[in-house]
Amino acid sequence: MESRAPAKLTNILLGLVAPLVLALAFTTLILVAVGASPWEAYWNILLGAFESPEKIADVLAACVPLTLCGVGMCITFTAGQWNVGVEGQIILGAIFATWVALNLDLPQASMLAAMLLAGMLGGALWGALAGLLKAFGRVHEIFGGLGLNYVAQSLSIWLIFNPWKPADGATMSGTDPFPDAAWMPKLAHLRVAPLAVIIALVAVGVVAFLLRGTRWGLELKAMGKNFRSASLIGVPATWRMLTAFAACGALAGLAGAIRCSARYGRMIPDISGGQGYLALLLALLVAYRPLWVPFVALFFAAVGVGSPRLELNMHLDSALGGVIRAAVVLAVMMVGGWRALFARRRGQKALAAGPPTATEGEVA
Amino acid sequence: MKVELVGIHKSFGPVHANRGITLTLEPGTIHGLLGENGAGKTTLMKCLSGYQTPDSGTIAVDGERVSFSSPDEAIRRGIGMLHQDPLDFPQMRVLDNLMLGQGQRLRPDWRWGRQMLKELGARFQFDLDPDAEVAKLTVGERQQLEILRLLALGVKTIILDEPTTGISAPQKVRLFETLRQLAADEGYAIVFVSHKLEDVEQLCQRVTVLRQGAVTGEVEMPCSLDYLVELMFGRGLPTIECPLVEPGAAVLDLDGVTIPSYRLTVADVGIQVRAGEVIGLAGLEGSGQRLFLRACAGLERVSSGCIRIDSREMTAAPYRRFLEAGIAYVPASRMEEGLVPGLNLTEHFALADRQGPFFVDWSASRRQAEARIREYNIVGEPATFVESLSGGNQQRALLALLRSGLRLLFLEHPTRGLDVDSANWIWQQLLARREEGTAILFISADLDELLERADRIVVFSGGAMSAPLAACDTSVEELGYLIAGKAEARETRAGETRDGKARDVVVDVWNPGHPQN
Amino acid sequence: METSFLVQTLASVVASSTPVVLASIGETISEKSGVTNLSLDGSIALSAMTGFAVAFLTGSVWLGMGAAMLVGALVASIVAYASISLGLEQVAVGFVLTMLCADLADFLGNDFVRKPGPTMPHAPVPFLSEIPILGPILFNHSWVVYISILAVAASWWWIYKTQPGLKLRGVGERPESAFARGVDVKAVRYLYTALGGALVGLAGASYSLSIKLGWSHGHTSGIGWIALAIVIFGGWHPGRVLGGSYLFGLLKALGSILQRNPAFSSVPTQVFSSAPFALMIFALLLVHNEGVDRLLALLPARLGRQLDRAIRGRPPAALGKTFTQD
Repeated sequence: MESRAPAKLTNILLGLVAPLVLALAFTTLILVAVGASPWEAYWNILLGAFESPEKIADVLAACVPLTLCGVGMCITFTAGQWNVGVEGQIILGAIFATWVALNLDLPQASMLAAMLLAGMLGGALWGALAGLLKAFGRVHEIFGGLGLNYVAQSLSIWLIFNPWKPADGATMSGTDPFPDAAWMPKLAHLRVAPLAVIIALVAVGVVAFLLRGTRWGLELKAMGKNFRSASLIGVPATWRMLTAFAACGALAGLAGAIRCSARYGRMIPDISGGQGYLALLLALLVAYRPLWVPFVALFFAAVGVGSPRLELNMHLDSALGGVIRAAVVLAVMMVGGWRALFARRRGQKALAAGPPTATEGEVA
Repeated sequence: MKVELVGIHKSFGPVHANRGITLTLEPGTIHGLLGENGAGKTTLMKCLSGYQTPDSGTIAVDGERVSFSSPDEAIRRGIGMLHQDPLDFPQMRVLDNLMLGQGQRLRPDWRWGRQMLKELGARFQFDLDPDAEVAKLTVGERQQLEILRLLALGVKTIILDEPTTGISAPQKVRLFETLRQLAADEGYAIVFVSHKLEDVEQLCQRVTVLRQGAVTGEVEMPCSLDYLVELMFGRGLPTIECPLVEPGAAVLDLDGVTIPSYRLTVADVGIQVRAGEVIGLAGLEGSGQRLFLRACAGLERVSSGCIRIDSREMTAAPYRRFLEAGIAYVPASRMEEGLVPGLNLTEHFALADRQGPFFVDWSASRRQAEARIREYNIVGEPATFVESLSGGNQQRALLALLRSGLRLLFLEHPTRGLDVDSANWIWQQLLARREEGTAILFISADLDELLERADRIVVFSGGAMSAPLAACDTSVEELGYLIAGKAEARETRAGETRDGKARDVVVDVWNPGHPQN
Repeated sequence: METSFLVQTLASVVASSTPVVLASIGETISEKSGVTNLSLDGSIALSAMTGFAVAFLTGSVWLGMGAAMLVGALVASIVAYASISLGLEQVAVGFVLTMLCADLADFLGNDFVRKPGPTMPHAPVPFLSEIPILGPILFNHSWVVYISILAVAASWWWIYKTQPGLKLRGVGERPESAFARGVDVKAVRYLYTALGGALVGLAGASYSLSIKLGWSHGHTSGIGWIALAIVIFGGWHPGRVLGGSYLFGLLKALGSILQRNPAFSSVPTQVFSSAPFALMIFALLLVHNEGVDRLLALLPARLGRQLDRAIRGRPPAALGKTFTQD
């Protein structure tokens, strides 16, 4: 009796290519329906993402928060939890980092380090709060997460419009720009901060290691698959759940801090920008495997950066990018479901046809 | 309405649950269906009442062959079943439960329903409040409702599956009166499925006994209970030497413990277990032994009494502290509670090693897994997912996960579903732990296993725990009686002890509570 | 005059709460059968856009409403199919669909942004709208408002007073028992999820054709999530769900009144617009709290039971679980 068979070609074909084809077929249909040329649209998106060094840099920059939140979600999903509150955790991370930027006067290296650490702390606290609500308040994690998202959003807006408002009046463009020390250094004239990319990749490695190589990760996996068995074996499941939420929050907070420091150079009202929900989609797509996250993040980011070109050249709404992303995830889920269905049917037929094998088993 | 089952066969995968069973139900009689858990009674009745379809064999109603593809069809033909856990809707009212599925009208005739409840209730002395929520009713009341519903639907053959488990004594009296009324006065055919000798003796006119899927006998009541026990359990097997038990210090001490639960309360029980002892817990499922075992392991809350492990007070301690005190619990439902599907063997071993390093050394874990696999003869690789293992190998895996040097080892059905060789081998491993001073408490439905392996045996029935019996002083027959809930303490009983001598056995049965030797 | 201001406010609350009422009641029906349709927010957006687009192109508001209902039913059916036949997690599929539909709505609706289009005709009820106070509040609206209230009443009657309604509840509570009584569990779930989806679609149409006319990006943002919360808050009971929807509308109205108050001028508008959401969601916390359990236990039994039933509701026991007929 062997375990998971080595990934055969057919497995990859079915698991990856079929859903992609399905999703693109759907979006092609949509494009035809609005009277646009599908090939032109896809080509525009590709160009929009990769046509110049500036664009490629943008894609890389967009990968960073997606990757961080994506691997964070891998942690919570491994523990069997739906951490919908990621958006709020990004915001809290940004808030903590902004406080450091606006209140402490440090040389660049220390400033950046402080901001990133503060971001992780803020996100971790907000994540732990969602976990506490679930563990002790019995609040359904989705509503707890959503509620906390709203609170975080309101908090950030209030901060921008009051204590942190710029000298010449509060506006929706956010706080005053950070002091130079708080800006993450960029590569030449491009909009990507290599430090951020490195941090994201390191995070992928760290999370992958934590999940596969530590007792903590193993315990999360066990409680995610079977809470009762894990508890019986001796895993303190509730505490582990809290740490999972906190860890994901820390990564999300880091993303928030980076967005402030590297992308905007200030705190803006919509600092999370839907990255949290995108990361959820991402995590669903990679079936919680951290090492796949950067690749899918690249895909998501490319589609995200490339889509605005549709508006310029074809007068199509850039939301097509969102449609493509969500369609791919849905297709992967459905194809997975169909494959399981056929496997079950085949198994049932085999069971009905085959002779009784062992002499064991219980009578119903 | 006469119902005949002929040659019913039903298998679930490799398990042959019903082997060519033939049974006739006459109107106006109460027919008992007796047998241990797993004998095939429930499967047979599910085939009759439309919940399952038999693989082969025929069912005939009044001479006409019928086949049911759903319980609804069976009801329309007049056959209805009351399950042990009634298939009702706990969150809805009594009246809703009655009316759901009754009649074709768009607006249910609520008045008719209330009328029915009142009339039928008066006839059988059931007192059901139409507006009460079913979840708040007792098990007995839920049964009453289901019986009323079946009657209102015009069912003429009623099957009751283990109806007396979990109902109070007055409710049982009322139920029996109802059943007698239905059968004798109104010509219904009643099938009374049970493992309880006393109830069957009181109620039934004919009894069919099942054992391991086949009919071992069909008798007219009254009949010798000894004979029924023999039909149910079979004769005892070769006797074994009474081993010398070296008494160690007391490891587990329960005194006056009460464990409440929805269906059953295990009240005021106590026992003292010494190091190296093996205690067998006998009794049919749902009699309280599982509740008891779980309470000893700290998995169930007790409402009174105290639990001590190695003289340490453990009564209200969390499970974590029990684990630290040196216990291990091996559940019977291997996939739901014991193993984690989706994890492979190596991962399980790494997980179970609670003192292991933070950074898991996978190669070391794999080596450990390989060693344990060899040691426990598990058919599988370190990378095998536990859900791919066969049942027997899953059991071996569960045992392999246990660490050494335990003080107490609790096992639910350790050899269930295993062949003789595997079972023997497992017991070898378990008994070897006695030398470390580990005390073992295990639940088993196999009387032979209990007699062979345990030093002392306690029997559970309806939440009551018997005084511990020394295994070498008791017999299959005696255990059979106790399990079947024969409540009267019999003064003396002729029997055979394990070493083959005929002797009179004095039985002082239901003396729950205070620790005895 | 004080009264007329109050009356006007209440009237506008009733009107503006219509989409929430429809979405909530639709979701209630779907969840009563055991299927959670998390795609609400996106589904509302997509059907709002569809409704407006069709109405714009055909000139008929009613056709627009019909199209919107179709879209809503279709999206809900995808969730049902994925869950019932494929055994996928309802929450996961619903979440992906909500994002898909929202983006799809933005994309397809691009050509219709900020275009003026037909609106639902205003239809004051002849006699009743003249009644002082109650008249303007309840009977001086467009058709969707009346439909929404009728939908709630009809749902309540159907669910609690008819045999099919009993079966619906049975399926959601304990599918095995329903199956034992001859109910086709899968069919029932498909049917009521689609029906609920149609009502959700109508909610979308009522938004773009009556409450917030036209179409724009993020036009309907958020009310789907609120509807989900209201279903829980209302304990899966049509009457309480209606109450919860109006409560939410009231909070929003309160928010805009306070906003104009000089005392709150330092608080940005966004806080006011998102406060009702946060409040509703935290109301859930209150309602489902162990602390409340213990408080209720202290009260005399009868009163405790009544209060319990008034403020709590249990979810259908089989919500979210797949049913396999063996």
